[in-house]
Amino acid sequence: MKLSKQEYDRMNRQASPPSPVAKDCLWAFFVGGAICLLGEVLRTAYGRAGFILTDASALTSITLVALSAVLTALGWYQKLASRAGAGTLVPITGFANAVVSPAIEYRVEGLVTGVGAKMFVIAGPVIVWGMMASVVWGVVYYFLRPMMGG
Amino acid sequence: MGDTLFFERPASVMGYASVGGKREAEGPLAEGFDLLETDTTFGEKTWEQSESRMQTLCAELALRRCGIDAAGVDLLFGGDLENQCTASNYTMRGLGIPFVGLYSACATMAEGLALAACFVAGGLARRAMALTSSHFCAAERQFRFPLEYGGKRTPTSQWTATAAGGVVLSADGAGPYLRAVTFGRVTDLGIKDTNNMGAAMAPAAASTLLAYFRDSGRDPEEFDRIYTGDLGAVGSALAMQLCEREGLRLEKIHEDCGLLLYDRGRQQVGAGGSGAGCSAAVLCSHILPQLKAGALQRVLFVATGALMSPTTALQKESIPGIAHLVAIENA
Repeated sequence: MKLSKQEYDRMNRQASPPSPVAKDCLWAFFVGGAICLLGEVLRTAYGRAGFILTDASALTSITLVALSAVLTALGWYQKLASRAGAGTLVPITGFANAVVSPAIEYRVEGLVTGVGAKMFVIAGPVIVWGMMASVVWGVVYYFLRPMMGG
Repeated sequence: MGDTLFFERPASVMGYASVGGKREAEGPLAEGFDLLETDTTFGEKTWEQSESRMQTLCAELALRRCGIDAAGVDLLFGGDLENQCTASNYTMRGLGIPFVGLYSACATMAEGLALAACFVAGGLARRAMALTSSHFCAAERQFRFPLEYGGKRTPTSQWTATAAGGVVLSADGAGPYLRAVTFGRVTDLGIKDTNNMGAAMAPAAASTLLAYFRDSGRDPEEFDRIYTGDLGAVGSALAMQLCEREGLRLEKIHEDCGLLLYDRGRQQVGAGGSGAGCSAAVLCSHILPQLKAGALQRVLFVATGALMSPTTALQKESIPGIAHLVAIENA
């Protein structure tokens, strides 16, 4: 077959159906929005129950993480995520799913070498680079702050 | 001649069996399967052992349909998708047949069948068997993400079948016969997307088909069907285009195992099925029964494999493809 990689790449682009971007975005917007709305409802409810704002916020995160973990274990979070995409990936519930799902999957390889070693296999990079980004921003902020009159 | 081996005393298909999981039971080929298990654990604690159990059930069914036991088989060519082909290794620990372990990803069934055909036709074995499997859950955790992880699949991605297929070949018998085999060459046109394996494998399928028709001097019209293995919707379209560029028109008689196993309209399987068990199960639940019944007389079975590993994919290497061909005829 006389065919360059560039020519084949062009053929492949034509033959491969694109992701349905508009539909994916709508799903992500509404499901992601619904999770955030639930967060707001929870925070308001905790506030009404007498918690100060920082405690109410922490309790909201804890509740969402716990809820996501339960739904992940039931296999429902994955079903929703197969449609919602970034809508379920970006909120804190997505992070919980990324930690709980390998913990379940690798349980059969033992508590230490399975669950312990593999639990952060997906979430690990987010923690590493999230911390790196916060360190870099901390340094930038250190120099910017005097100029901001703080 | 060329890349193709033609047999004067071809091996005959003695018996075969297929086993599938839940999604396969919901698919259009369900009726052709010998065993469908809606419990995809197959009663085992790990997915690796589930796959091995499924493969064992398939081997036992195939032997039973031949009316022989394991001692009646001289040699078995088998493989799967798991690291170090462990599903097959554990199956063969129980079966006790002399074993040749193979890896050609989703092309393993055609590779095993072709080798078994060579050994029987060449007089090196009286009876030889080819056996392969794949399990969605075992493959997911090895090649992609944990099962419960919420991720989105692209429309070009393929669904690993939970299925197994096994074929017993014999030196004598009433057919269908394995008349010729073409071992493929590794082909790579630079596709790097592991969610588009059909596109990565299509050049290999076209290369092997072109080699067979060049070597045999035959006309595609002489065949009732050409079954490619696991190209899916994208790979099938590309393979047909690549063949047509070289003057080989196959659209009218072409079907793809990855498109036959599932109903893409009803079942969420992306561009179609894949996995070492996909083409094996379609062969044993759909193609061979039709040959036996006389509905088909002459077919080509061309299973294709994407030969990357999760490591090479992360290292941004392109995906090498391979396709092996077996010509199966009633006369």
